[in-house]
Formats: sequence, structure tokens, C-alpha cells
Amino acid sequence: MMQTMKQEWFSNIRGDLLSGTVVALALIPEAIAFSIIAGVDPKVGLYASFCIAVIIAFVGGRPGMISAATGAMSLLMVTLVKDHGLQYLLAATLLTGVIQIVAGFLKLGDLMRFVSRAVVTGFVNALAILIFMAQLPELTNVTWHVYAMTAAGLGIIYLFPYVPKIGTWLPSPLVCIIAMTAVAMIWNIDIRTVADMGELPDTLPVFLWPDVPLNLETLWIILPYSCALAAVGLLESMMTATIVDDLTDTDSDRNRECKGQGVANIGAGLLGGMAGCAMIGQSMINVKSGGRGRLSTFVAGFFLLIMVVFLDEWIGQIPMAALVAVMIMVSIGTFSWDSVVNLKKHPLSTNVVMLATVGVVVATHNLALGVFIGVLLAALFFANKIGQYMMVKREETAPSHVTYRVIGQVFFASADEFVNSFDFHEVLSRVTIDLSQAHFWDITAVSALDKVVIKFRREGADVDLIGMNEASATLVDRFGVHDKPEEIEKLLGGH
Amino acid sequence: MTNEVTACIDGSKSSEAVCDAATWAAAQLNAPLTLLHVLEKSSFAESDLSGSIGLGVREHLLQQLTELDAQRSRLAMESSRLMLEDTAIRINRDHPRLQVNTLQRHGRLSDNILDRQDKINLLIIGRQGQSHDENDGTQVGSQLETVTRTVRCPVLVTTGHFTPPKKIMMAFDGTPAALETIKAHLDSPLLEGTECHLVMVNHDDSAHIACFGEATQLLQNREGMTTVTAHLTGDLEQVLTDYKQQHDIQLIVMGAYGHSRFRQFFIGSHTRNMLNHTRIPLLLLR
Repeated sequence: MMQTMKQEWFSNIRGDLLSGTVVALALIPEAIAFSIIAGVDPKVGLYASFCIAVIIAFVGGRPGMISAATGAMSLLMVTLVKDHGLQYLLAATLLTGVIQIVAGFLKLGDLMRFVSRAVVTGFVNALAILIFMAQLPELTNVTWHVYAMTAAGLGIIYLFPYVPKIGTWLPSPLVCIIAMTAVAMIWNIDIRTVADMGELPDTLPVFLWPDVPLNLETLWIILPYSCALAAVGLLESMMTATIVDDLTDTDSDRNRECKGQGVANIGAGLLGGMAGCAMIGQSMINVKSGGRGRLSTFVAGFFLLIMVVFLDEWIGQIPMAALVAVMIMVSIGTFSWDSVVNLKKHPLSTNVVMLATVGVVVATHNLALGVFIGVLLAALFFANKIGQYMMVKREETAPSHVTYRVIGQVFFASADEFVNSFDFHEVLSRVTIDLSQAHFWDITAVSALDKVVIKFRREGADVDLIGMNEASATLVDRFGVHDKPEEIEKLLGGH
Repeated sequence: MTNEVTACIDGSKSSEAVCDAATWAAAQLNAPLTLLHVLEKSSFAESDLSGSIGLGVREHLLQQLTELDAQRSRLAMESSRLMLEDTAIRINRDHPRLQVNTLQRHGRLSDNILDRQDKINLLIIGRQGQSHDENDGTQVGSQLETVTRTVRCPVLVTTGHFTPPKKIMMAFDGTPAALETIKAHLDSPLLEGTECHLVMVNHDDSAHIACFGEATQLLQNREGMTTVTAHLTGDLEQVLTDYKQQHDIQLIVMGAYGHSRFRQFFIGSHTRNMLNHTRIPLLLLR
């Protein structure tokens, strides 16, 4: 246990300290930008980012992953804040945490295996598009100064790393923010700054219980929001964990991560912050900057608070254009470029699933809904595909006696096809249906078979069934054969 | 094969003693010897602090990190293979009849040992691993604690140099659990031909003394071993250390169990202190 702790916290101290600092810089724009979109003061997002990052560093299941106040979550809060105010948001945040902890104990993290790659890609792309779209209000109805500054900011972010030597050890988002702030202050350009957007933190966060009446009415108001927040938070966290797993070639504990997200959100709610989750873009920045351990997440949160509380005068002076540039970078980095390249290579069904996920999310601003549609479509496509693995062969055994040999998978998607494979108009005295190479997966398949038998009987034929027992062995819900390969072979092999 | 002697070596200074001990133990037990080297992946990463992420960053990053890991792993695999082969050849030169196998595994040492533990009869490991070479010799290696806590087979921990022991000291705490441990390992030929000092410190009540008596009986009736007993009083570790010096003991045998279920999870605190301070090899029995 000590060794695991040491491994997770202190095996990469230098890398974690540096990367955590770099990540903190990328957390600030997202926390501020999405607090504004959610309709609350930037301090709500900043406190949340601090709490979530620091708490998840201890209780999360994926070392090196960055969690904080995120765009995906704040988009779900807009109407709650507008209709009921900040206190209800804090209460909803607490409830979100509770739901996520329950999900962790129910091991819902394992459900991620039903989310196919195409849905994950669609989710990631939709998220990138949402982050980008969230920047548009800052870029509409503004003077040319803002466009110039955003463009210059992006130029600095992407070109500064090519400067020899200092380019690789000075974070370019920091250079962008400092340079743009300096420009705005020196020429006294009248554009929107962070200070114009609402209150910034000036003290350390303090414990406070949400000021809402504790009754059922409150619960009914916040519950739908909390459920959506919990679902989106867990989805994004699980997907980010998968990405970090792949990049670092290590495993994560998904159910611990679910519970950790819950604890972190409860912590955020009690310290006046909004709900958050794992962040794909920032986690990639962390990995790229050399962060691997829990220390990197901790440093990111801690450093964020230090900067915000002690430099609040200066943070207020940052022009929004600089933050927009950083967020555009996060959005570009989050987008899966490969998915566009692969559109031509991948089968149509995969592309439809991916694009449907993106489409639903962009239309509804609700990532959970997009994932739901994506998973549903993927499941339907899969059922359709497997349904085609069914064949009925007709053999004339004797005059007026036909044997139908059924091969393959019979279930709801292939049941109609199954019934249609028999020729009921043929005048026969005897029909044998050989099922020993078929698998009946559900009750739909059984009733389809009943229908076939009854139809033949009505036409005056005697019906014999062969191999019914073997074929229906797959009907049982729990096979309990996962750990017994010989059982699976018995079940699926040619009995 | 269910009775291998497995020696964990990593090419560090302590590996030599591990090999010597393993050779001795394999000869005593007449068992095949497996030299195990676990290639642990370092979490060291090249850091690029530019903090900017562009289009296709995930794919690039994955490719870059994979290549880096692949290069490092290939180098590590090759040097590990050479090290294992060298060691096996060296052992076979001195002990031509001993069957020596080599084994390379990826991952963590403790996980790999746990996976194979039903094949292992005796595990031999150095007190300090690779990352401790420059230290002065008071600290237990990072791996050792996890390994001793998790495995169910006896573990021989080597320090400094190893000489085949002639005189061993068995630290006995007078509990039925300790008695059971002695019973379970009584027939093992590992300690055959040694002079065994059964030592109990403190515990003056009759129950403990009865256990001590029974243990003495068991050991004295064991052929191929001479047994000396001593019942002393004082500070446990100090007394044991003094006794060890007075009688020129070359190996300490201890039970690696705690006295409550909670402490069973860790190894007993006395065991850990002995591990920390001993200058001679320690055999931990379960």
C-alpha cells in the first residue's frame, strides 16, 4: 500500500510539479469562460476547479488525469441558474456528487464497455465543438481589437513553442496571456476583461451549506439537473480515463474514479463551487508536459488557487480575447482529427453512430443525450449485423417430407427473416426442423418458432423438431461460462 | 514444477548475494533455480512544457510515447537478457549440476511473484534493489515490503554478502502460530546440517513456555540438525542482536506474521525492524 502510494504520488516529482503548473494555466480560462456561460461569477468556477482538482488527486482512480470545472457540465446548468439562482446550483452539485458515489458503488463504471469507440469519438468531437461554440459570444458584436488579439493569441500559442530553447519550457498559453494583458494595459484598449465578467476570488474558499429550503420541492427542482450532471460528468471522466490509459500505458480504477468524482463534487458544492468532471484537453496537456502521478493533479489545483487568490488584481486585467485564444486551442486539441481522416475508411454504420452523437450533442448541448443516442444506434447496427448470420437450408428428405436446417443466430432482429425462410405453401405431409446448429437468444425467437410450427400444422403437416435443447441453451440470461472456456465451446460450437 | 527456488535479481550490487544464496538454497533443497528479472517501466517522461495542444495531438502523443517506451523497453530487455544469461552461466560454472532457468517479466515485481507464487518454494530477494545502490545500507528496498507482505512462501532476504550458514538463530515468540510455522517447515531440507539456536525473548508465562518446550522437542527430534535453546529477557531486538554476535550466527529465521488480523496485513513490526537493521540474511516464514 505504501509502495502504491509512493508510486502514484512521488515517482515523478519533477515532471508532475512542472506539468501541474502548466495545466493550472489551462484550467483558469475554462473555469472563467464556463462560469460566465453558466451564469455565475468566475469565482464559482475557480473555486470548483481548485476543490475538484485537489480532492480528485487523493480519491480519484486515474493518476495524472485532470478534473475541474468543465464546459460540458456548465452547459447543463444554464437554466437552473437562470430560474433558481446560485444556491440551487450548489445544492444540485452536492446531489450530483451523491449520485456519482452511488454509481461508483453500483460499479456503473463497468458499463463503459457498452460505449463503442465511435460513440467515444463522437463525444470527444462534440465536446470540442461545444467548447469552440462557447467562445463565439465573446467574438460577436465586438471591435476589431478583439479579433486581432484572439488571432495574435493563437499565433503566440502555436508558434512560440518553435522558439529555440525557451519555447519548450515556457508554456505558450502563459506567454499568450501575459503578452495580451500587457498589450491591452499599455495601449489602454477598451475591450472586455475578466474583471468585467463578475466577481473573482479574493480569499481562500470557505465552507458553506447551500441556502436552500430542505424539502421535496427543492429535490424535484435539482434532481433532473443532478442526474444529467452526474451522467455527463461520469461519461467524460471515464472517456478521459481511457485516453490517459492509452497514452500512458497504465490502468485505471474506474469505479474508484466514479466515487472520487462524487467526493470531489461534494467538496466543490460545500466550498461554493459548481460541479465539474475530468477534462480531456487539459489531461492531454498534462500528459504531454510529462505529468503522470497524482501530484500533477494536486499541483494544478493548488497552483490555480494560489495564482487566483494572490494575483486577483492582475487576473482581472486579462482581456477575454486571450482566454478565448486559449480555449480555442483546448477545443482544437480535444477534437479527434483522426476521426475525420478515417471517415472514408470506416464502415458507414460507424460513421453514422459518430456523426449522430455529434449532431445530437450540438443540437441539445447535452452530452448525455448524445451518448445515449450513439449507444442506441450502435446497438441497433450491431443487432442488425448479427441478425444476418442466420440461414435456413431446405432439403427434400423423402417425397412429401422436407427437412429445414437452421444455422446461425435467431433473435428479435432475425425472427421475421427466420419465419419468412419457410415455404408454407408447399404441400407436405411431414416437416423436420433441425435446430442443432442454431442459437435461440430470446423469447422472440422461440415464439417465431412456435409460429412456424403452428403454420405447418395448419397446413396439415407433421412437424418434428431436432436439437431444440441445444439451440435454446443460449436463452438463459446468466450463462456463468465466462471463466469456463470449455462451456462456451459446448454452447457455441457445433453441438 | 511446484518447488522452484526463485531468485529476484536486477543487476544491482545486491544481486551477487542473492545468487549465492539462491545457489546454496537450490542445492540444499535439490530444486531447480529460476532467476527472475522483472522489467519495471519507469514513469519517467520527456517533458515538453509548451502547454499547447494542436490538431491531432492525441494521435501524435500516443505515437511519440509508444515509440519512446518501445525503445526503452527494447534496451532494457536486451540488457536484462544479457544479465540473466551471464548470471546463469556463472552459477552453472560453479555448480554444473544445478538446473538454472531464467525468466523475464514485465510489470511490477510483487504482481509477478504473486502470479507465480504456487510454483515457488522459496523466494530469494535482496534487501535493496537497483534504486538503492548508492545508499548506506539501513533502508529496506521499496519492493521488499510489498513482496514480503503479499507472498505466502518463505522469503530469504539477503544483505551484503552471503555465506552458507552453519549457525542459524530461530526467533520464537512463544505463540501457537509460531509453533505451527515451525511444524509446517520442519521437514524442509533447507536448514539441514546447521546448528539451530531457538531463542525466545521475554514471555515468562506458562503458556508461552509450554509452546517453547514443544518447539524445542520438535527441533531436537529433527535429524540432521543440532539444536541449542535460549530463553532471554530484555529489549527484543537488542537481545537478538547481542545473541547473534556472541554466537556468530549467520542466518536469522523469523515468522513474518503480525499478531492481529490488522497487523497481518502489514508484516509484524519486529520483523520490519529486523529487516531494517540486520546485517545477516533473514529467512521469513509464513
